[in-house]
Amino acid sequence: MLETILAWETLISAIRMATPLTYAALGGVFSERSGVVNIALEGIMLFGAFFAAVGAYFFKNPLIGVVFSILAGISISLIHAIVSIKFKVNQIISGTTLNMLAAGGTTFLSRLIFKAAGSSPHIEGFTTVNVPILSGIPGVGLLFKNLSPLIILMILIVIASNFVLYKTVFGLRLRSVGENPQAADTLGVSVYKYRYIGVILSGILGGIGGAFLSLEHARVFVENMTGGRGFIALAAMIFGNWNPIGAFGACILFGTAEAIRMRLEGVGIPTQFIQMIPYVLTMLVLAGAVGKSISPASSGIPYEKEEL
Amino acid sequence: MKNREFIENLTLNIVSPIISITLALIFGAIIIYFLGHNPIETYKEVINFALGNPNGWGYVLFNTTSFILAGLSVAVAFKAGLFNIGAEGQILVGGLVSAVAGLYIAPIFPPFLHLPIVLVFAAFGGALWAFIPAILKAKIGAHEVINTIMMNWIGYALTNYLVVNTFREKGVLYPLPQTAKLPSSATLPKLFSVFQKIGINMPESNPVNAALIISVLGVIFTYYLLWRTKLGYEIRSLGLNIHASENAGINPKRIILIAMLISGALAGLASTNDVLGYRYRFLDNFTHGLGFTGIAVALLGKNHPLGIVFSAFLFGALDRMAIGMDVFTHIPREIISILQAVIILTIVAGNEILIRSFRKRRKTVYA
Repeated sequence: MLETILAWETLISAIRMATPLTYAALGGVFSERSGVVNIALEGIMLFGAFFAAVGAYFFKNPLIGVVFSILAGISISLIHAIVSIKFKVNQIISGTTLNMLAAGGTTFLSRLIFKAAGSSPHIEGFTTVNVPILSGIPGVGLLFKNLSPLIILMILIVIASNFVLYKTVFGLRLRSVGENPQAADTLGVSVYKYRYIGVILSGILGGIGGAFLSLEHARVFVENMTGGRGFIALAAMIFGNWNPIGAFGACILFGTAEAIRMRLEGVGIPTQFIQMIPYVLTMLVLAGAVGKSISPASSGIPYEKEEL
Repeated sequence: MKNREFIENLTLNIVSPIISITLALIFGAIIIYFLGHNPIETYKEVINFALGNPNGWGYVLFNTTSFILAGLSVAVAFKAGLFNIGAEGQILVGGLVSAVAGLYIAPIFPPFLHLPIVLVFAAFGGALWAFIPAILKAKIGAHEVINTIMMNWIGYALTNYLVVNTFREKGVLYPLPQTAKLPSSATLPKLFSVFQKIGINMPESNPVNAALIISVLGVIFTYYLLWRTKLGYEIRSLGLNIHASENAGINPKRIILIAMLISGALAGLASTNDVLGYRYRFLDNFTHGLGFTGIAVALLGKNHPLGIVFSAFLFGALDRMAIGMDVFTHIPREIISILQAVIILTIVAGNEILIRSFRKRRKTVYA
């Protein structure tokens, strides 16, 4: 049994499982760093998965699928942004409602467009690629073979996100409106603008995360196929202390748990307990029992510009 | 002053929900029209299907029962300033605990105690699942939103494990795992005979059952608790302003804990409609998002027990209308969940706008 777990295949599968989570978790990082809690990530992913399937199916091109998923992610996150930034509605309420909308809306559209209950027809994903040189190494090289382009893009986005958040003026401003919006406003940083950007970035990334699920993972859209991955991504974001590298690490950890769970299915070991790992770990982190996590100070609080 | 307040409350609590519902129905009508159906005819048919006959009413009331208790659960936490997104998990755990109690604990006692035992365990199971996020919030200040979300998923996995491995009915190859059937002494009676006695022709197959009475008692209990007891006063005060409450000598930790436990217990009781009154057993994952609908119901009902009765009824009727959509049209029934989401989004956004405009007007009047 240990051999089945300690195989390169497990790690490869872990990275595949971690990919949609990472996209969504990075989305969560941008949104929360700007001060907007986005529990609509689950719904954004679901819309992304669905519209990716629509695009890829009707245009026979996975790239169009990804573009569709990004547009869907932007639309849903824009609703979240308008409702919670402009109308200052409680962000949890807005997110919960959008998740409801996503569950009903994607099932509705799927039955209408694909004329079948349950799932879409088979869709073609991207052709896989090998990373030059690295894929030639014996053993480890397996990790760099037959990769989805979306996995390579994910790695690049993780690095870019970290750079943008911590090494650019844009990142500083984005973080400042999430930490202390009054101060940022005083210094002439538009709180609303940066929050809109943060939320829309989360829509784009969450959408791609969903696209990975339908295009690359299942090669089909299945109703409610996200199955809580948006929430695991949120958990990873918290576990990773609201920064891109940390969130990525947490996603790899949770992805590994998922990969092990799949390999153990049928071996007779209750997989439900492995399934719980991300959730239990997150609660332990929040309780301060494992490590420490500090959320952006003004995350979740609508900003009210003072009127004279 | 009194007059203005009355108009403001009327607008907020009655006019604005009606506008939201109307907007959602218009939105739905547009979709129905573009899918090649006559919206007015379709609405007529599905409303008639849901509310034009005793059987439909029975189903609507059956749906309403669960929604009321789930909505009350969310509302009690809300009033204390807490966001219980964990009703879903609390309902699941409450359902499993009560079914297990009915199968293994109740038989030790005389039959007349069976029903009280399973009901108490339903509430206990829900409260148990709320206890962990509650204590984490009270003692460490860990955010209840994230923790209740996590508890939902842990609840799904745990109840799935238990019903598959420990409590699964033996020798039955039903596709979904479920427990054995509860003894009839531990179940809630159906209400069709009551309806038939008063001359309403309710078919025997109709699922409406005595859990409806539990939900009505829940409404009265919640109203009494929140507005007629010291504890309720403390809960509402905490929800309005934690610092002021603390200054006034209220112990926030204690109130957080109690409010969450009551909220969890109400959620646990929401399981009784299905587990004790309809299926007579725990079916894996029977909730299907009931806890999340509870959030919507509480929001639409403005966290007031009476408002929750109305919004639960509306959502119950909408859910029945969704079945009607399948019967009369080729439009997928999920159109109704889209309408539900639209109702909630417009109502919460509308409220914020209204409250703001009231505040502004007040400022200009008194400035």
